[in-house]
Amino acid sequence: MRLVRLVLARVAFYLFVTLVAAFFALPMLWLVLTPFNPRGTLAAEIPSPATMANFRLVFANAFAMRALLNSAILGIGAMLITTLVATLAAYALSRTDVPGLDFLIYALILFSSVVTGTAAMVPIFLLIFYLGLIDTLLGVILVFTGGLLPTAIFIMRDFVEGIPRSYEESALVSGATPRQMFQDVVAPLVQPGMMVVAIWAFVHVWGAFLIPFILLRSPTSMPASVAIYSFYTEAGTPIITLTSSYALLFALPVLVLYLLVNWRYGFRFFGGIKR
Amino acid sequence: MTGGAPILSRRTGFFFLLPSLGFVSLFILFPFVWVFYLSFTNQTLTGVTAIQSRLVGLANYHRLLDFETWMTSGQFGNALRISAQFVVGSALIGQALLGLAIAWAFYRWRGAFREIVYTLVILAWIIPDVVVAFTWMAFLDRDRGTLNAILQLLRLAPVDWLIQQPVLSIIIFNTWRGTAFSMLLFSSALATIPPSYLESAEVAGASGWQKFRDIILPLIRSHILTDIILITLWTFNTFTPFLITGGGPAFKSELVSIYTFRIAFQFFEFGRGGAIAVAMMLINLVLALTYLTILRRQGVRT
Amino acid sequence: MPTIELALTCRCVEGGVNANMVKWFKTYLAPKFAEKMKAEGKNVTAKLVEFGGSDEALKEQYALDLKVGKGYDVFAFDGFWVPEFVAGGLLKPLDEIAGPEVKQWEGWGHISPGLQQILGYQGKLYGIASGTDVREIFYRKDLFAKAGIAEPWQPKSWAELLDTARKIKKALPDVTPLQLNAGTAMGEATTMQGYFMALLGAGIHMYDFEKGKWIAKSPAIADALNFYKTVYVDEKLGDARLQLLKDGRNQSFARFRDGKIAMLVEGDWFWRSVIATGEWKIPNRNEVVSFAKMPAKEPKKGYKGQDFVTISGGTGFVINPNTKYPKEAWALLSFMFSKEPLMAFQELEPRIRVRDDVPVIGDPVMTEMAKQLLGLTTVRPMLPEYPKISAEAQLLTERVVSGEMTPEKAMEAYAKAVTALVGPDKVIELK
Repeated sequence: MRLVRLVLARVAFYLFVTLVAAFFALPMLWLVLTPFNPRGTLAAEIPSPATMANFRLVFANAFAMRALLNSAILGIGAMLITTLVATLAAYALSRTDVPGLDFLIYALILFSSVVTGTAAMVPIFLLIFYLGLIDTLLGVILVFTGGLLPTAIFIMRDFVEGIPRSYEESALVSGATPRQMFQDVVAPLVQPGMMVVAIWAFVHVWGAFLIPFILLRSPTSMPASVAIYSFYTEAGTPIITLTSSYALLFALPVLVLYLLVNWRYGFRFFGGIKR
Repeated sequence: MTGGAPILSRRTGFFFLLPSLGFVSLFILFPFVWVFYLSFTNQTLTGVTAIQSRLVGLANYHRLLDFETWMTSGQFGNALRISAQFVVGSALIGQALLGLAIAWAFYRWRGAFREIVYTLVILAWIIPDVVVAFTWMAFLDRDRGTLNAILQLLRLAPVDWLIQQPVLSIIIFNTWRGTAFSMLLFSSALATIPPSYLESAEVAGASGWQKFRDIILPLIRSHILTDIILITLWTFNTFTPFLITGGGPAFKSELVSIYTFRIAFQFFEFGRGGAIAVAMMLINLVLALTYLTILRRQGVRT
Repeated sequence: MPTIELALTCRCVEGGVNANMVKWFKTYLAPKFAEKMKAEGKNVTAKLVEFGGSDEALKEQYALDLKVGKGYDVFAFDGFWVPEFVAGGLLKPLDEIAGPEVKQWEGWGHISPGLQQILGYQGKLYGIASGTDVREIFYRKDLFAKAGIAEPWQPKSWAELLDTARKIKKALPDVTPLQLNAGTAMGEATTMQGYFMALLGAGIHMYDFEKGKWIAKSPAIADALNFYKTVYVDEKLGDARLQLLKDGRNQSFARFRDGKIAMLVEGDWFWRSVIATGEWKIPNRNEVVSFAKMPAKEPKKGYKGQDFVTISGGTGFVINPNTKYPKEAWALLSFMFSKEPLMAFQELEPRIRVRDDVPVIGDPVMTEMAKQLLGLTTVRPMLPEYPKISAEAQLLTERVVSGEMTPEKAMEAYAKAVTALVGPDKVIELK
């Protein structure tokens, strides 16, 4: 009886796992196969013969390549500023005693999800316009930084809290300034946390569509998420070979980052959003 | 604060916080206030009211909440209803439940299977929006899509997904897209439960479901709450379905976020768009406050 | 001497939509313009930025660009957007941008005042029109032959049109007999090629030009909607799916090309561009495609008592008020619409031009369309609120075609929305 139940449980488990794996893998099949297909359609077909010609065409497209560079600038820019500013703030929040800050941080995190969505697009557009930052990568970087900061601070704070205070206390005794303490004692210790925030911020900004779509106005400043629609709309219908190749290319850095993180740290929540 | 005198003075702390405060006030609080103001004007991007906009009181809100027509296609009530279906279907039922199920299935299980499933789920979560949008348009295509190909293999009739089942389509899509977060959160929550808790129950002969219901669920209750409220907010605000359906056909997949975008950036009505944005933010605020209240109450209890 | 590079954009893509525009620009306009400028001792070149999205997406881009002081120097513009953009302060009159030489251009003498106003508003001119157009029914002669329908074919009432559609449905079950644009996904193409063609046939316009009011309710609106209902809902003579899909218009082009749609109501642009070149080209166009006038509901029951109806729009090019090189931009615009460059375009794609010295050449079908239909045509009201009313009209047809509402309910909702948009003193209801 017990054995039957065990076997049944095993069978159910494998069935469930297979279904889940299929559900998550099948939609991606098209993305993986089509770029190598000389005749791209909306069907996921095994390419025969497989070709790299689509990629060669994409690489030869200066506008598309420029767009990937713009995406990188946006991603790296937002990543650097967010990580630095969030670490400073998390440190301050962890090492001073101001009541009610916890509550404030939570409230801001919840608000920040609004600001990166459509609801705040109009004021964000007007704000960036009046600041003279429309059509600049900097404008987009700043908007993203604003939206990402609360969550970044929240994640960072867990890491800072994890550092024993004794290091700083002895540094204080030997007369270190707060700046030295942050730079020489704290920053090296929270590096793993900074990595997490940095990668999280990069992935977020790299793939974002709406904000750059509204705030960037000229082809030379478009990121890949907007530029991909130039393949889509040529001739009014998508050129599927090029679109899919470019899509795969665009997804690649994120895939590589994931593998890197998974191999280095194991992909899991570092403290993160839990209580 | 875990004991001891504060290491930084409030003054120094303030300096460290200053850049964050700047960003947050400029890009989060200020837009919030501005959109509030906009919602009481008739500001547009084109037409006479682009130059001579004026305060119009509650007119935008009246139009939004005209209960005679608001459930018809392309109106606010319609969008709200679709958003509600979308949130319940894809966030609560889809992501949270599936995420929990996966995390629980692999509790105490390591090895290749887990790696594969986790990798697939996480990849669906992290690849860029436009890429998944194209991928899903291909997946759901009536004539050549993978999903209908599978249905035909199973001898089932193909479905014109994006036309006949637009809401279901974006619900399935968003479940696929976002389950990773819940899965990871529940997985790290489960990891904190010592195996000994379960072993005694096993000795007593409890079934898997009993163990889950009586031991695991109470222990991860606060995680479930955190998860649900965050994914509810994210799902409510997401814009990605626009890239797949454009809100159509006939507004049948027009979420509130898409509705806002259409009014503000396709009809160029900033004032009216502002009113919808305020409504959206208020809904967010209510959700957020509910979360904070429950969390605080729990904090007191533990 | 510094080089100035002007940028021009339009909804045109090499090998795709408006492909002849690209061809004309690259093979004729850009080199000849540079040559001409060089002769005047200036180093000015022009480049084309292709845009492949929808008209609505292009309009969205223009509005945001102009608002923030960006955008290309010269760009293609639809006439009916002008009032809205001018009222919003986004466009400026040509002479205000480029100076007095605008008034002295030889071309104005060859364009009638009415046609000058295609890109005008309240007496001021903001650009130059490329041409004007007419709308009609395009049909596949090969399918008609298969279904045993005699040719030349010209229905004299909606009943005759529907009868033909029924015959085709019976004889060729996998062919969609008739496609009359509806729905919001097609944007202005729904209003112009669909709703107006039905509404004018039912006897009225959207706007009463004499009273200066919008017609919010009328038995004619109900007639037009019932016509839609017959086609898409009751008898399924048209494929409603194509009207609801995001890229339904392109798909309907493709299906007409493949002989899967028998009758399609479109503008002459469809004839001279869509099926003439590029993606949806029908190589033996002249043998397999012909046109018929859109009939009124019944003879003499159309707009102004006409037997047949059509409507004209007009597109052209405007100068960006933010351009750094206003004089050069004007030089480009005025050169584009000089006689020789236009004649060069006519060689590629003959169409109805606004210049009286540039005739339609080498395309008897196009000449015939112009001859038969220009006398019957009407235009949209040039008012800033028009685009919004038009969007309501698109929604109106969508609600009927998708089966969401009955024609009566949909008209109620339309009347309410229009009244909310323009105010109760700007609408009338006809009994």
